[in-house]
Amino acid sequence: MKQFMQLEAVKPRSLSWPLSATELAELRAGEAVLLSGTAYTARDAAHKRLVEALEKGQELPFPMAGSLIYYVGPTPAKPGQIIGSAGPTTSYRMDAYTPRLLAAGQRGMIGKGRRSPAVIEALRQYGAVYFAAIGGAGAKLAQAITSAETICYEDLGTESVKRLQLHDFPAIVVIDSLGNDWYDQGPKAYLESQNDLDTQD
Amino acid sequence: MREIAAADITETVRRLCLQGAVSLPQDVCQVLKKARDAEDWPPAKQILDTIIDNDEIAAASSVPICQDTGMVVAWLKVGQEVHINGDLTAAVDDGVRQAYTQGYLRRSVVSDPLRRHNSGDNCPALLTTELVPGDRVEISLSLKGFGSENMSQLKMLKPSDGRQGVVNFVLNAVKQAGPNPCPPIVIGVGIGGSFDKVAQLAKKALLRDLDSVNPDPYYRELEQDLLRLVNQTGIGPQGLGGRTTALAVMVETFPTHIAGLPCAVNINCHVSRHLKEVL
Repeated sequence: MKQFMQLEAVKPRSLSWPLSATELAELRAGEAVLLSGTAYTARDAAHKRLVEALEKGQELPFPMAGSLIYYVGPTPAKPGQIIGSAGPTTSYRMDAYTPRLLAAGQRGMIGKGRRSPAVIEALRQYGAVYFAAIGGAGAKLAQAITSAETICYEDLGTESVKRLQLHDFPAIVVIDSLGNDWYDQGPKAYLESQNDLDTQD
Repeated sequence: MREIAAADITETVRRLCLQGAVSLPQDVCQVLKKARDAEDWPPAKQILDTIIDNDEIAAASSVPICQDTGMVVAWLKVGQEVHINGDLTAAVDDGVRQAYTQGYLRRSVVSDPLRRHNSGDNCPALLTTELVPGDRVEISLSLKGFGSENMSQLKMLKPSDGRQGVVNFVLNAVKQAGPNPCPPIVIGVGIGGSFDKVAQLAKKALLRDLDSVNPDPYYRELEQDLLRLVNQTGIGPQGLGGRTTALAVMVETFPTHIAGLPCAVNINCHVSRHLKEVL
């Protein structure tokens, strides 16, 4: 309840990626944020390749240390557009790969939906954070992307890895570095507020 | 016998796909706004505001509402007195191909489920044809996203499970899905028929307008009860808490065997892109 009051009263916190370990540790599940800085896109097929490259000891297409990965497969950009529609895809499909990437230095990810206990444990272990963006709001979210450049795996089409510049990209901290999960706490806080109302009646 | 050119079907499918990807149907917009007004949890209301804002931006700037522009579900009711000049399946796929390759929509279909090479043109469509009396062709399309499709479930319930068994199964499916299918969701429920038929019923339910009701009062009440119970789970918009977990529950039924009670739950997200046109 307290966290919710804060969520309502305080404006979204502006964050400039990369974040220091201290800044990452300060973020709490349920907080609304505006993300700026560099993010890399990767979803199912790109994750598979990134982890295969790590296993083979090959060089990665972007520096994993401190990185922010956005799970998105955008629609193609029309001429003159930076990017097409670009909302988050469901994150659990990346669960098999995420602990390995966190071990390699990744410190943030943007997606939507629940994560496995192994991912939550890895977020705690490495002091990293899982953000959710609003699924099905790809037209609006694209407005917070100021540049997009394909850097590898071009053959994967929409699943290629792109370097994005974000500017005030709206997201919510869902799992923080302590392992708090807003997918548990948010609905619980709402239901408790309903029970409070019932008692008042 | 009325003649309909395959090219007319292609053109209709093309136009509906292009329109559906960027412009949410009026019934969905209205139900979303009603839900926003009824939402009593401020963070949830804010999310619904953002979703409505996104839908307006998409329509105004012709940018897809969601980057998952879906796999195309095409449900054709073909009048028995119609003769189609040309290949119907190819005509539907041509419409999909033209829309997705020329319209900057995402090609999300792999041509083989295990070897997974992108087909490059979002084909094939998931085509169902139904023969009906008359001399018209009704084309219903859904641009079906898979974040929600993946959260769908089917179960062969026992006759003794009854109405309560159906209610429990739907609620469990919604709870297990949680935030993954991008709530607020739209729920299509199939009851009866057989293993394959019941899945089709659930899909058919998702093609209905969100403000439509089952013509049978018994099932209309079941739809209302299910919607109320789903919206008491607390899952809320995006699974972050709130009242609005679902926008609508639509039930379709079919007679079944004395030994069976098949039940299917097909989940759609708030970007419920369903369109219909009659030729």
